[in-house]
Amino acid sequence: MISFSRVTKRYPGGHEALRDVSITIQPGEMVFVTGHSGAGKSTLLKLTAAIERPTGGTVIVNGQNVGALRDGALPFLRRNFGLIFQDHKLLFDRSAYDNVVLPLSIHGYDPREAARRVRAALDKVGLLGKEKMHPVALSGGEQQRLAIARAIVHRPAILLADEPTGNLDAAYASDLGELFKSFNQVGVTVVIATHDQSFAARLNPRVIALKQGQLE
Amino acid sequence: MGSMPMRAWLWHHVESLRATLARFARAPVATLFNIGVIGTVLALPAGLHLTLANLRDAARALAPEPQLSLFLALDAGRGEADRIEARLKEHAGVRAFRYVPRDKALADLKAGTGLADVVDGLGQNPLPDAFIVEPRDAAPQALEALRAEASRWPGIAHAQLDSAWAQRLETGLKVGRLAAAILAALFAFALIAVTFNTIRLQMLTRREEIEVARLIGATASFIRRPFLYFGALQGLAGGVAAWAILWVGVHVLNGGLAELAKLYAARIELAHLTPRDTAVLLAVSAGLGWLGSWLSVSRHLGQIEARQ
Repeated sequence: MISFSRVTKRYPGGHEALRDVSITIQPGEMVFVTGHSGAGKSTLLKLTAAIERPTGGTVIVNGQNVGALRDGALPFLRRNFGLIFQDHKLLFDRSAYDNVVLPLSIHGYDPREAARRVRAALDKVGLLGKEKMHPVALSGGEQQRLAIARAIVHRPAILLADEPTGNLDAAYASDLGELFKSFNQVGVTVVIATHDQSFAARLNPRVIALKQGQLE
Repeated sequence: MGSMPMRAWLWHHVESLRATLARFARAPVATLFNIGVIGTVLALPAGLHLTLANLRDAARALAPEPQLSLFLALDAGRGEADRIEARLKEHAGVRAFRYVPRDKALADLKAGTGLADVVDGLGQNPLPDAFIVEPRDAAPQALEALRAEASRWPGIAHAQLDSAWAQRLETGLKVGRLAAAILAALFAFALIAVTFNTIRLQMLTRREEIEVARLIGATASFIRRPFLYFGALQGLAGGVAAWAILWVGVHVLNGGLAELAKLYAARIELAHLTPRDTAVLLAVSAGLGWLGSWLSVSRHLGQIEARQ
């Protein structure tokens, strides 16, 4: 469960990205966080994954107060998540396979088990034949799906995606929506931040709308 | 990491090692220069240490043990010598001794020094009977105490320590060793600094990888491990380079010394680093590389994370 209680995030310099936000996301839910750019969507995801800490209020994930965790505990909290970043954050100096296997080596998986899971994840996003290719040789959509494969390879309980449709065309965005839905159907909590109203509308999920850092 | 199964943990270490070697191979020239710098830097204090060790060995060869010479009065008889022999046998501070009668001393002088003509010209033997004593305790105070005691025994005309010059050399070597230690400390710092900066550059070029790994749950020790391997291996390679520099140096000098030795009809040869010294050199160089890398990662990992 993800729970925000009167959370405020103020950046150095005084900009308030979130103000007094209280939300609860139940396990297994699929939630869209919508709003214009600058509404605080990314900040909400970053606070959830403890990439940033709140300046006020509490963020609770799986019973743990994220803002109060010591630095040494953060890596273990983050392993609960699959993170899909707006800019993908793929590593261009290695193959698709090596990108996807990264979370498994970090979490200490047995290499053979890791290989099996990487292929399963690549298969899920339709990139099984391209595991030896480097990200630079993949199209924008393929890079996006590679980033998704990396996020789901360790079978996280919670998937956080920041603007996954990015600059993909509408047909592609629809496929992506189905993919997220399939994760949700096997019990994964899915939280997607997007400014793409049509993308959100098609799946008919619960929507958390943000406007200038506050719930709308 | 407690949750990591042993096999996976081992695999990760092997993987870190393999990645480190691959990184060496990707930039062979830069790697060689780095190892060369570290090797040169380590060769200087290690070379000084080797020089001092050779000097000490030479000194030991010339004066293997401190000795005490007890000279009897010229008119002392056999009875006096027997009483002194009995005292020496019972004395706790004496490890061994031998009696040198005056006739033998003269014969030795004749044979050993090329002064045969002079000796033959002497009307009578000017040398006294003597005991050469090897003390049990070689400490300067103990030697002096034994000398003072023996000089008071009846029949002893003169008691003399034969190790004064060796002690002076030993004191000189002590100063030399201090200089080597200071030099070693300075160059240890240099090695740490070289590694620190190498690792800093590596972390900058691998910044994205480190950021991503941290975001998806890598612990600080996971990030640190390959860099520690790199630092330690680079230090170790530098240690091997230093060893090779010294080996070649000693080899070349021995070639020159062989000619000198021929002129003096003597055997002069410099020793290489002992296996023990070699082990210390390699362990210290790997350890310092590890330390420099640890400091660098600790410092720069925080900076990379603060940027997010």
